[in-house]
Amino acid sequence: MIKKGEWVRIHKNILDASGRAPQVPDDTKQVPLEMWVKGFLLEDAEMGDEVTVETVTGRHETGKLIEVNPYYTHSFGKFVPELLQIDKQVREILFGGDK
Amino acid sequence: MSKPTDYTSVMGRKAEVMKASVGIDFSEFESGSIAFDYEKMMKETGYTLEEMKEIQGKTGVGNTPIIELRNLTALARKMAPAGKGARIFIKDEAANPSSSFKARRAANAVYHAKKLGYKGVIAATSGNYGAAVASQAAMAGLKCIVVQECYDSNGVGQPEIIEKARKCEALGAEVVQLTVGPELFYKFLLLLEETGYFNASLYTPFGIAGVETLGYELAEQFRSQEGRDPDYVVCTQAGGGNLTGTARGLKKAGANSVVVGASVDLTGLHMASDKDFNRKSFTTGHTGFGVPFSVWPDRSDVPRSAARPLRYMDRYLTVTQGSVFYITECLATLEGMEKGPAGNTALTAAFALAQELDEDKIIVVQETEYTGAGKHVQPQLDFAKDNGIDVRFGDPKDEVPGKNIILPSHPSLIKATDQDMDRMRKSLIKTALKTYTKNPTDEDYKFLAEETKKDEAWVREAVSEILKTL
Repeated sequence: MIKKGEWVRIHKNILDASGRAPQVPDDTKQVPLEMWVKGFLLEDAEMGDEVTVETVTGRHETGKLIEVNPYYTHSFGKFVPELLQIDKQVREILFGGDK
Repeated sequence: MSKPTDYTSVMGRKAEVMKASVGIDFSEFESGSIAFDYEKMMKETGYTLEEMKEIQGKTGVGNTPIIELRNLTALARKMAPAGKGARIFIKDEAANPSSSFKARRAANAVYHAKKLGYKGVIAATSGNYGAAVASQAAMAGLKCIVVQECYDSNGVGQPEIIEKARKCEALGAEVVQLTVGPELFYKFLLLLEETGYFNASLYTPFGIAGVETLGYELAEQFRSQEGRDPDYVVCTQAGGGNLTGTARGLKKAGANSVVVGASVDLTGLHMASDKDFNRKSFTTGHTGFGVPFSVWPDRSDVPRSAARPLRYMDRYLTVTQGSVFYITECLATLEGMEKGPAGNTALTAAFALAQELDEDKIIVVQETEYTGAGKHVQPQLDFAKDNGIDVRFGDPKDEVPGKNIILPSHPSLIKATDQDMDRMRKSLIKTALKTYTKNPTDEDYKFLAEETKKDEAWVREAVSEILKTL
């Protein structure tokens, strides 16, 4: 069980595919408009439950509970060897490398 | 709170929500036809340069250093004909509290919100502006909500935007993340209605006036350091506020620098497409915003945008994604600075432009931004590869946005392409005629001449030519 007061992330579809703006392209029209918000859980709940949270600005939002203590995993990415080639090339052009 | 929340109903309340949330009655500046009084709007709702300097100074915004990029200039000279290769400088806007020039826009918007008694501010942005508003709101003790377009329908987020979300949260903001689509504006309106907060739009007179200090500072710094104004100022062009504010500031300082807009060429990718969303490696500073916001500024989230780039732009250059990545890497390996991505689009254009100009000319790229996880060149290229984009060395002219990223196999292949500005000007005029009237008044002709930086005779000829097609 996830206790009231825990910091969580919720997910909600705020527009169904059928309710999307008329001007959106066809691929976007086939999917709902989804939203993710973080806040303090207002009642004890289980993962996947419909819950209400209070955000840092004091707003209330409801949605499906998907994460507790959410954190970021974005990074500096996997190694891209091309970057070393660029470094080598421009240093060679400008400073002549080891020659 | 029982108002209907379907898309059409909410959009139907746009005008009243906007009026309550920006505190400007835009109708005061309207002529009833194509024309509106732009300068009156800037004067009556904006701030004077002195006021802006004071507001920004109190929050540590502005007075950022200018840095000469001697090695990048030397590299450009190696590619250029003899005697060519202008000196390239950057203005290190990453030194602002929120680590980009957007702090200037946010400082004024948040100051204004606080002055008017709003309890909080809301900004709809996936970029640096969110962090800037969050930063200023933190200093002002106001609440802050940032609404972002962040994920595709598989829940895969643009790494650069995820980093911006992190930064906004770190500065105390609530971040509302959405999937791809222009209905971001729908949620934005609902949040403004729900909270009664101030709409810290990027496009209000106070936001744009906030950037004027940048252009003014540039002129002052170059006069003191080099004894003259910069010959060319290159601005990364997206929504147009950066270029507009900078150019207005330069003019206020009496500088006659050539103002150049620069965007990454993302031709062929649809900005509201769920599938295209993660097939682009630039979230802003690209033609997907840069062109539409030039040819029709009033598509923004306020009735009359204060960002009107075609009034000030002398040239509009596009560069490829692969070329910008290459120059970003050069900035690190030759100049010892990790910056970007935003300013590096303009820097890439400047690298090509420098090769056209004499060695004694000065080009300034007027912004940098912080880099970090998600927005560094390595995670950007790694993300592109993960999304099936073919990353390879070659000639950038073979780049097809959404399909490949061509890293130049030699720096001599880095080119900037001039866009047909008369075509863009005519597009603006055409939309004005279609939106307002096919019988422009004398005032409209004068206005369109200002809007397009042309004379009235040119506008009259363009109008009669366009009317034949309508």
